[in-house]
Amino acid sequence: MSALTSLAQLQAVATGRAQPIATVRHCHLAEAPLVMVPLKLAGEAAAPLAMMLGTRPSDPTLLVVPQPRNRDLRFAFAADLAKVVLDHIEASRGSVEQLPPGRDGEERTRYSDAPQLLVPNRGGVAFLRLLGRSTRFRRTEGPYAVDAAVPALGRWLTWFGERHDHPGSSLLLAMTEVLRLHWATGQSAVEDGNLAALLGWIDPPEGMDGPAAAARAEDPVVCPPAGPATDPTFDNEVLAPAMAAYQQNAPQAEEKIRAALESQLAPTWELMWRGVRLLRALPEGASVPARWERDRDAFTHFHQTFGEGYPQARRDPPVRAARRLHELERAQESYEAQRAFDDPLVMAEHRLAGEAFGGVVTECDPTRLDETGKRPRLRPRLWVRTEDPVRLEPGTTVCSADRPALKGRVVKLAEGAVLLELTGGMGRRLTPEPGTVPQVGDRVCFTSRVADSWGVARFPDREETPWTHGGPTEDYVPTDEDAAEEWS
Amino acid sequence: MTDTALALERLRGGAPPRNHDARTIAALTANPGCARRGVMDAAGVDKDAVARALGFPAQFGQSQFAITRGNAFEAKVKADGCAELLTLLRDRLGLTVPEVSYADLEVVGGNEGRELRYTRTRRLLARALESGEGTLFDHPLLRLDIAGQPAYLEPDVIAFQLGGRFHVIEIKSFAVIDGQAEPDQVAAAARQSAVYVLALRRLVTELGAPADRVSHEVFLVCPENFSNRPTASLLDVRPQLAVLERQLARLTRVDRILETLPDDLTFAPGEALADAVRAVEARYAPECMSTCEMAFFCRDEARACGSTGALGRSVRDDLGGVESIGTALALADGTMEPTPDLAETAAQLRLAARLRREALDGAA
Repeated sequence: MSALTSLAQLQAVATGRAQPIATVRHCHLAEAPLVMVPLKLAGEAAAPLAMMLGTRPSDPTLLVVPQPRNRDLRFAFAADLAKVVLDHIEASRGSVEQLPPGRDGEERTRYSDAPQLLVPNRGGVAFLRLLGRSTRFRRTEGPYAVDAAVPALGRWLTWFGERHDHPGSSLLLAMTEVLRLHWATGQSAVEDGNLAALLGWIDPPEGMDGPAAAARAEDPVVCPPAGPATDPTFDNEVLAPAMAAYQQNAPQAEEKIRAALESQLAPTWELMWRGVRLLRALPEGASVPARWERDRDAFTHFHQTFGEGYPQARRDPPVRAARRLHELERAQESYEAQRAFDDPLVMAEHRLAGEAFGGVVTECDPTRLDETGKRPRLRPRLWVRTEDPVRLEPGTTVCSADRPALKGRVVKLAEGAVLLELTGGMGRRLTPEPGTVPQVGDRVCFTSRVADSWGVARFPDREETPWTHGGPTEDYVPTDEDAAEEWS
Repeated sequence: MTDTALALERLRGGAPPRNHDARTIAALTANPGCARRGVMDAAGVDKDAVARALGFPAQFGQSQFAITRGNAFEAKVKADGCAELLTLLRDRLGLTVPEVSYADLEVVGGNEGRELRYTRTRRLLARALESGEGTLFDHPLLRLDIAGQPAYLEPDVIAFQLGGRFHVIEIKSFAVIDGQAEPDQVAAAARQSAVYVLALRRLVTELGAPADRVSHEVFLVCPENFSNRPTASLLDVRPQLAVLERQLARLTRVDRILETLPDDLTFAPGEALADAVRAVEARYAPECMSTCEMAFFCRDEARACGSTGALGRSVRDDLGGVESIGTALALADGTMEPTPDLAETAAQLRLAARLRREALDGAA
């Protein structure tokens, strides 16, 4: 949050419509994402009640657990769900791209596409994570055996959950989060958590404004909650009697439960696809394909090593945890920098914070040479007039927002102006390549926020975990106890 | 009866007072500047009924599935004189709990008054403090002064005496999975437990014993993983206790708020109800939605008068404390000259407006 987003919220209140806080789409959107709308039984950690899912708006699959307290029915649900999810994963691989061999000569490949899951909100992500946790340790033989697809589903959902933590990853997205990245509404973050209210502000139905649409969305009878929690009144008045009838083997009891749950899920299903349409209408940010490529790398690796791997441990061992944290931090930094390069509205946030500045070139010496060293170096200087509150020290490295390869450093700050010395991105000769150095009168923007400012850290192998971190850990091998774990 | 007590009874419109619980007290400390909530809670007004009468019913309904599950879990933990709970404390946490006694302080039939129950709790705990005997005390009734008024608390907890110290045991039905639980739920449990610890400490000091006879470490008992089996974890509530004590001390004294209110003000049902509620100033923030029954009414009011607070505390902070959306927008587009104390905020807003315009025009 910043004054910029807050201002957009005020404008949303004044106009009765959500206001854009991005000019491009900052996430990848698959051609056929797997939209999943889960519901869980109230009071339970992760007892699935129902899920509507599918890759086409017109063709949802409805999975229902008529009695979520029945273990067999739960695992039957998990097996059905596994089939849909695993099919989606296999169908989304695309072709195999050959990559140049790695540093130690090993063969490298990458799938040309990857599966994408979309859920309504953060609660949906948390639910998939827990569903993954509750299914990945199950055994497919011996006592408590389950369908072979169930533990596979668990491992995949766990993996998707981990990728969701990865800044800039688009493999598993929560619709409310993605929409809030692109629009500011005239309501608070609490209310934005309601998908129907959020969409009401962004794209109100014909004849309504944002506040009216959001007010309508808060009535659980008109707009059932987007899950995974159900509406308590629905639970008490509809679901509980229907389940009681099912327990007593009443005729068509299961059909009635299905119909009731479908009525709760269908409105959110529609909203999800409306959200997809709205996002699709935005042009894709320039760095989105590169981030999706990282997602495809991660997917390729997990898919290709799936057969050799064990289910993910309950807790990360120390080395893996440290490595993961490091990766997340790096991803966060480059994600924030890339978004600003892609989108002037995000760059405006950095300008407001004084970490970047924009303005007009007033003086320029494009062929200036620095001859203090052994060999002369091309070091053009330019004065940029700016009204931005620049908070950069002389000596700070910056790069151009339009062409990040163009690098420079701040030499001097004056009232309303910055003197820059360009250091790179102008070709190899002592005169700059044509078009690389901005000219007098050009509008420019330079930022100190760069992607990948720090490199990959080295971590010890697992066998070398230092004693300060508990020493080497064993491979996690699921036990009988894991397989037999209660799921009540 | 004191003047304040009389005034509060009038505010209630003759209805019986509602008991506080830890949830309401924890919520009170979350928004200590709200006079409306302070007065209504001090008077024990049925806020849920008031909100409904005003056409803004609170949505705190609970699913019967959740209630059933919560009750079943609690019953399981407490069954046979808390047998399962004791096993947990002994085996999992390695405590040496010697012989055990269990006393349930809940109403034993008949409709006992709160004062009577409180006296009973007090008497039993006094004996326990003195003799060091007695292990588990279920459903104690506690008292805490809120804004100068005593509030009775009916905690759904057990006071557990071990080695001469009391611990609060709180049973919650959210799951702890691989040693981790939802942070929000743990935080809420910690806030509530802190209220009980504080109330228990007040009682202990009243009885002449040092406050640290009540431990700041609380036992949180939750279902483990996806099962119905309990697991216990130790929760240090010192931070929550500190916040709570500070907020309670800061709470505007109710009698001072009452002085500013009309003498005939009442929250009894009727046509004048909405005006009566509006007569007491509220301080709405979106967080109220999860804790206060009046939230929908207050939100409507805050939105109607264009309050920036309705958009969230972070927005109001970003706007340098400007309370009105109209003012903030006028400062941003330069149609309003800022007063000196708002000069900095106005400059920031104008800059933000210019940057937004530039970026959006450039993109168009």
